[in-house]
Amino acid sequence: MNIGILNIQGDVQEHFDMIKSLKRKYNVSPVKVNSVNDLENIDGLIIPGGESTVIYKFLIKNNLYDKIKSMALNNDLAVMGTCAGAIILSKDTGDDRVTGMGLLDITIKRNAYGRQVDSFIKEVQINGMGAFNAVFIRAPEIEVPGNVNILSELNNRAVFVTDKNLDIMALTFHPELTGDPRIHEYFISKIKK
Amino acid sequence: MVELSKLKFGDELLKRGFAKMTKGGVIMDVTTAEQAKIAEKSGAVAVMALERVPADIRKEGGVARMADPLKIKEIINAVSIPVMAKVRIGHITEAYVLENLGVDMLDESEVLTPADPFYHINKKLYKVPVVCGARTFPEAVRRIFEGAAMIRTKGEAGTGNIIEAMRHIRTVNDGIKILKDLTNDELYNVAESISKSYTSLREQTSMELFGDSKKLPLNDVYYGMDAKTIIDSIFKVLKDIKKMGRLPVVNFAAGGVATPSDAALMMKMGMDGVFVGSGIFKSRNPEKMAQAIVDATENFEDYKLISDVSSGLEGMAGLEIENIEKLQDRGW
Repeated sequence: MNIGILNIQGDVQEHFDMIKSLKRKYNVSPVKVNSVNDLENIDGLIIPGGESTVIYKFLIKNNLYDKIKSMALNNDLAVMGTCAGAIILSKDTGDDRVTGMGLLDITIKRNAYGRQVDSFIKEVQINGMGAFNAVFIRAPEIEVPGNVNILSELNNRAVFVTDKNLDIMALTFHPELTGDPRIHEYFISKIKK
Repeated sequence: MVELSKLKFGDELLKRGFAKMTKGGVIMDVTTAEQAKIAEKSGAVAVMALERVPADIRKEGGVARMADPLKIKEIINAVSIPVMAKVRIGHITEAYVLENLGVDMLDESEVLTPADPFYHINKKLYKVPVVCGARTFPEAVRRIFEGAAMIRTKGEAGTGNIIEAMRHIRTVNDGIKILKDLTNDELYNVAESISKSYTSLREQTSMELFGDSKKLPLNDVYYGMDAKTIIDSIFKVLKDIKKMGRLPVVNFAAGGVATPSDAALMMKMGMDGVFVGSGIFKSRNPEKMAQAIVDATENFEDYKLISDVSSGLEGMAGLEIENIEKLQDRGW
């Protein structure tokens, strides 16, 4: 099974290394995705953390935006977005600089916690997984979780949601930065289904 | 689960993590909110706020300080992407002022006039991450030991001449390459040699008081640390680099990037991203240049695309390195 990592900008390598570390255990291989052609051979796609404005522009310019969206809606592609990736997957960003794909029924607010000085690490409880040290870096906040499953909350706000039908998930934190593979393992288990 | 005690608020993980989010991107120098908006619209991953771009600092001379806080506030309010700002080498207070303003990352920069002739800032004291320039491998290691969350080449700012950035990339990379062949004892010798610049003030004092630079003990030479502690910490940084085969922090190119091809060259050399200073707002059409440099950085091996986006761009005028004051020699 191939897991694509959208290779535009941001912490691509950290997701890549995480999938690579799970290669033997789950028979998965990480693949960097730069173009529409690269989407053909993958079973899941990770949209990493980075700057959502930059990632969005590249997706549009290279026709990846519509292609990823249609593949995900057809259930041909499982997608996980972390931080900036969550913004890209959302329905409403309230910001005309980035338009979400609408793959998850959530409204999201960019840089909701403040500036870098307000970035933090906090233990969150994840349904079916337990405690997880979540790294929030200039993180967005999910404001109105709509028709989604909430797997984790912080201060009564969802920080980890999945779609009720499709294999699409979004996190406002960075599971790729702490060396804890459980969220990537969860994503892999969803693809296998 | 990874231990929480290792992941404290404001710690290395958050600082280095922030830097990682800029990888693959272009960070653009801006002096006004208007320029910051152009940079954001063109796909900059962050903007660097400063009073004058390096080319103007070079031309006008005088002491270059951190930007006016009013300007920085205007820039912060104008864009949604991270805002970085330059602080003078060793200017502990400017750094706190910038942190207090909400700047997302500080650049302890040789482009500004240095404030301290002996020491760079102890970057571990700040909640926000700091990027520092480096010409050589030992310089990069010292900055990482001091807590830099990101390294960039110094290059030669304000020249539009890429040769110095290339020199610094090759010099740092050669240092990294050679580490893998060194034994632990040799690595420790390297750590001792790299740490020497922290004891130069004490040796100077010793010489002045006793006519012997080695007479005084080397305790409390840098922020309460003695020479041995510094050597051990640097040894640890070296072991990290040896293990990873690269710097343990994000590594950008800076200083002289003036065209899309320059930016793509930096990526081809394995850099994590690029800073562009004077190259954008000293060109004829900044918006077009900014977009072209972002495109070239993101697609650095797509030579058709680079030729397309470069067509008809008029870059800034360039300078020969031999004929100018070298900003890169500031800091050590």
